[in-house]
Amino acid sequence: MKKYTFTEKKDTRSGFGAGLLEAGRRNPDVVALCADLVGSLKMEAFIKEFPERFFQIGIAEANMMGIAAGMTIGGAIPYTGTFANFSTGRVYDQIRQSIAYSDKNVKICASHAGLTLGEDGATHQILEDIGLMKMLPGMTVINPCDYNQTKAATIAIAEHHGPVYLRFGRPVVPVFTPADQPFEIGKAWTVNEGEDVTIFATGHLVWEAIQAGEELEKMGISAEIINIHTIKPLDVESVLRSVAKTRCVVSAEEHNRLGGLGDSIAQVLIQHDPVPMEYVAVNDQFGQSGTPAQLMKKYGLDAEHIVKAVQRVLLRKKSTVTSLV
Amino acid sequence: MQSTSYTYLTNIAGQVRRDIVRMVHGCQSGHPGGSLGCTDYLVALYFQIMKHDPSFNMNGRGEDLFFLSNGHISPVFYSVLARAGYFPVKELATFRKLDSRLQGHPTTHEGLPGVRISSGSLGQGLSVAIGAAQTKKLKGDNSLIYSLHGDGELQEGQIWEAAMYAAHNKVDNLIAAIDVNGQQIDGPTEKVLSLGDLKAKWLAFGWKVFEVNGNEMPEIIRVLELAKESAFKGVPIMLLMQTNMGHGVDFMMGSHKWHGVAPNDEQLELALKQLNSTLEDY
Repeated sequence: MKKYTFTEKKDTRSGFGAGLLEAGRRNPDVVALCADLVGSLKMEAFIKEFPERFFQIGIAEANMMGIAAGMTIGGAIPYTGTFANFSTGRVYDQIRQSIAYSDKNVKICASHAGLTLGEDGATHQILEDIGLMKMLPGMTVINPCDYNQTKAATIAIAEHHGPVYLRFGRPVVPVFTPADQPFEIGKAWTVNEGEDVTIFATGHLVWEAIQAGEELEKMGISAEIINIHTIKPLDVESVLRSVAKTRCVVSAEEHNRLGGLGDSIAQVLIQHDPVPMEYVAVNDQFGQSGTPAQLMKKYGLDAEHIVKAVQRVLLRKKSTVTSLV
Repeated sequence: MQSTSYTYLTNIAGQVRRDIVRMVHGCQSGHPGGSLGCTDYLVALYFQIMKHDPSFNMNGRGEDLFFLSNGHISPVFYSVLARAGYFPVKELATFRKLDSRLQGHPTTHEGLPGVRISSGSLGQGLSVAIGAAQTKKLKGDNSLIYSLHGDGELQEGQIWEAAMYAAHNKVDNLIAAIDVNGQQIDGPTEKVLSLGDLKAKWLAFGWKVFEVNGNEMPEIIRVLELAKESAFKGVPIMLLMQTNMGHGVDFMMGSHKWHGVAPNDEQLELALKQLNSTLEDY
């Protein structure tokens, strides 16, 4: 049963901007910080309505993370905004010591994640950030899939006490989650129920998985599509429940295959229910300049590659069943 | 201030110095040099200058807050916190031992009262102090933020990001201090990486600068009081505090060799002979 409806195309970073404004209206403790990327992060509406609660840091991301950590002391809930690369790799030790190890209630909001940043190239296209962030004890890692979900997640994280990494992107992409769907941290969303294979997808790859699912349906293959928007803590129960039915898995993410969603799913499967699994992810490479669509195709992250991964994993599932017989 | 009060503060400092060498000896690790050098400053803050509540609440509303950025001088921080009533003095004996709240470097993670940020990886504390200062302003809380940094720590770039930011944003409820002892792990700062004219640098970054002998209690108190009077005037405040690494223990004084080395039994005995127990050892 399909639970999605395509409505329009919007960027997830605009979902963040709208969510930040709403979070600011609901909670006077919410403050925002930015390292010279206000327009890119769509923070203008918040700044206009709450100028005294906005802090322009300049091009100094390390300082931004430290200031955010300090601001929590006294009760503020800081949202930091910059590109994903500068939100993680550039400031890993600041996040590790001053935020994660210090149990600080900072929301690290990271735009332009992954290949779909496009033409700026690999210096800015971080594909390692999910791994970096999920390895930090106590860090919640969220990668929403469209405008509505990003907006809802941005609002929801203000209510969660503890450090959060919220990852979203630059390009305009389909909006398909219900606008009124509440965001529950750590609760997977079943986009489409199916029988033959489970596709666990996160971020921009959820829409690609939906497209793949429609192709697969034409081939007579019933794919269950599950949106893992919260990579940590992972919804282990939903993963195992689906796998118990479909007996094979494809993971799909805009991230290095090392350390991302796929590895989190694989770890659960190895421990509880080892079934065949294929990854749709970047194969331990840096990206390059190009349009988002060109890059997603070249690095094997589009619907076509998900279909191929499903076909591979179904062959393995069949051979496993045969060998058992 | 009466001279009897200086005697009171100096006595506490003597006991804190005993605590430091005994803690570091007890686990045969830790950093006595910088701890001994900064003892007088921390005693002045916690026993005279700051308005603070040892029953400890993380948010510290209405209180002056202190942030230790050079976290390796944890022995002096822990001793001063314990002596000020934040946690039982006897807990100092657990320093750097398994399952202790007194980790090698200070952390909030084990719930030790008095600690509001983890530090150890250098260069991060000034940013944190600025953030806390800005939340105080946002909440209409007119108390002050204090922070302490090593001079070697100024080699970290983040310090200068924070320096620029604090002046631009008029973070004038912050009184930072630098322990200028001229020493770092690999040798004198002048040999490892020169810091240049620190006063000129901080002035150029738009801060108000005070210079003080950090091992003279009356002078520390006088300059900290002056610094307080200079708060809320549109500029962040920096104390350049000349100290002796290892101050109070003759064979540890003025050398980088005691930055991160523990005394043996014989050296402990020699050190304790030079430091009077005024509040009873833990």
